[in-house]
Amino acid sequence: MPPTERQQLMDAGAIEQTIHAMARDILQQTHDPAHLVLVGVQRRGVELASRLARAIADASGQAVPQGALDITLYRDDLEVVGPKPIVGPTHLPVDLDGRHVWIVDDVLYTGRTIRAALDELADFGRPARIGLAVLVDRGGRELPIQADVVGAPIAAGPRDHVEVLVRELDGRDAAFLISEGAT
Amino acid sequence: MSPGPNLGKDLLGLEYLAAGDIRLLLDTAEPFKEVSERAIKKVPALRGKTIVNLFFEASTRTRISFEFAEKRLSADTVNVASVGSSVSKGETLVDTAKNLEAMRIDMVVIRHPSSGAARFLAERIESNVINAGDGKHEHPTQGLLDLLTIRDHRPIEGAKVCIVGDVLHSRVARSNIWGLLKLGAEVAVCGPQSLLPMGIEDIGVRVFRRVEEAIAWADVLNVLRLQLERMQSGYIPSLREYYRVFGVTEERLARAPRELLILHPGPMNRGVEIDSRVADGPHSVILRQVTNGVAVRMAVLYLLAGGRPELAEAAKGGGAGGER
Repeated sequence: MPPTERQQLMDAGAIEQTIHAMARDILQQTHDPAHLVLVGVQRRGVELASRLARAIADASGQAVPQGALDITLYRDDLEVVGPKPIVGPTHLPVDLDGRHVWIVDDVLYTGRTIRAALDELADFGRPARIGLAVLVDRGGRELPIQADVVGAPIAAGPRDHVEVLVRELDGRDAAFLISEGAT
Repeated sequence: MSPGPNLGKDLLGLEYLAAGDIRLLLDTAEPFKEVSERAIKKVPALRGKTIVNLFFEASTRTRISFEFAEKRLSADTVNVASVGSSVSKGETLVDTAKNLEAMRIDMVVIRHPSSGAARFLAERIESNVINAGDGKHEHPTQGLLDLLTIRDHRPIEGAKVCIVGDVLHSRVARSNIWGLLKLGAEVAVCGPQSLLPMGIEDIGVRVFRRVEEAIAWADVLNVLRLQLERMQSGYIPSLREYYRVFGVTEERLARAPRELLILHPGPMNRGVEIDSRVADGPHSVILRQVTNGVAVRMAVLYLLAGGRPELAEAAKGGGAGGER
């Protein structure tokens, strides 16, 4: 195995600041906060969405409904990767018709997860608008999908791995870029 | 990247699964419950897969349940019944299946009166084979939905479950016994001696001769359908006699030391093995079993239809990593 390098992109403080900046960006791009819904992609996107919802509620005084989306059953690569052993719950708190829905995820890479999330949302209703907010955009898209709000854009190569830790699931907040040395 | 499940190509019986596989199937069924509650009850997970439901025996509930499960996963399905097909012209099981496979199918769900028919088929075709009941052998998806229904109410480990009725001829009983024992439940059977298998104590199953004793012991009763032809063949003296001695009645349940959960795989003979007031009573989860049946079958189809382990291994080498 080539040596791997583990570089910290964000510590807990930086993630906190980034989430507040993302909340401001989301509010700026939203005409009416009363129509906002944040939908986190399982699993870390769900935790990030609930923190964004709190930050938005603090800033706007408006409570923001939040949901969770598991896109496993909408993936296009079941044949290749095999089934994910445990499919997480999907839960949408309100009727999406006419809402401004924001999909929230930790890392944006190929765009295939977001493609699947868009398909799944379409089966739940017809939002007025759907936005995408991600903590880290690492580049490397395989589909024409871009985020509207990006916490931290970075340039990562195809052999790199971006790892986001959230305290609710991992015990602490951090983001790492893990690079495998050249083979 | 997650490792593929350890289930293999087919689902033939719970006897052949490890406890971990059974838990994986039950855990996977959980999110599928929610899919059936959506306005659009459909996810694209099995889009493009072709599934044949090959039913050599009458079945309403199981066949429809499989069909809903398949359709809610977006698979394309074809139903073949023995009546009105080439089977009634004397074609063998393997020839029927090989012909279907020549039309490029992916999975076969088979119900057959002969024990072992599902395995016989699974060893001869490449498609995934799911046993939807083979003779007196097993009915694994029924076993799984019974486990899921019990687990909705209490932990399976340590639960005292008694199967009441014609255990001897029951594939539902067999699948239940294997699944329950593997997940750490205590299992008992109760019924007329002529309808209990000999030597069942040897695999760790307790035997009650009187239904009152079973009710006093159990947390869960799984009441089996008494097949009416058993009376003609002399296993029991009469249906009325059976109800009088083994019927699960409200009076008998009223004397139970704790509240029992009542399961029945259907179709019920009201007033034979079960009192209507029990079947429709507050402790009956019989319709919940039917609801759970669709979720369990979706989980089975989804896990078996997923990628082959070797492809999953190859995919780990390059391409997208853990993130998306």
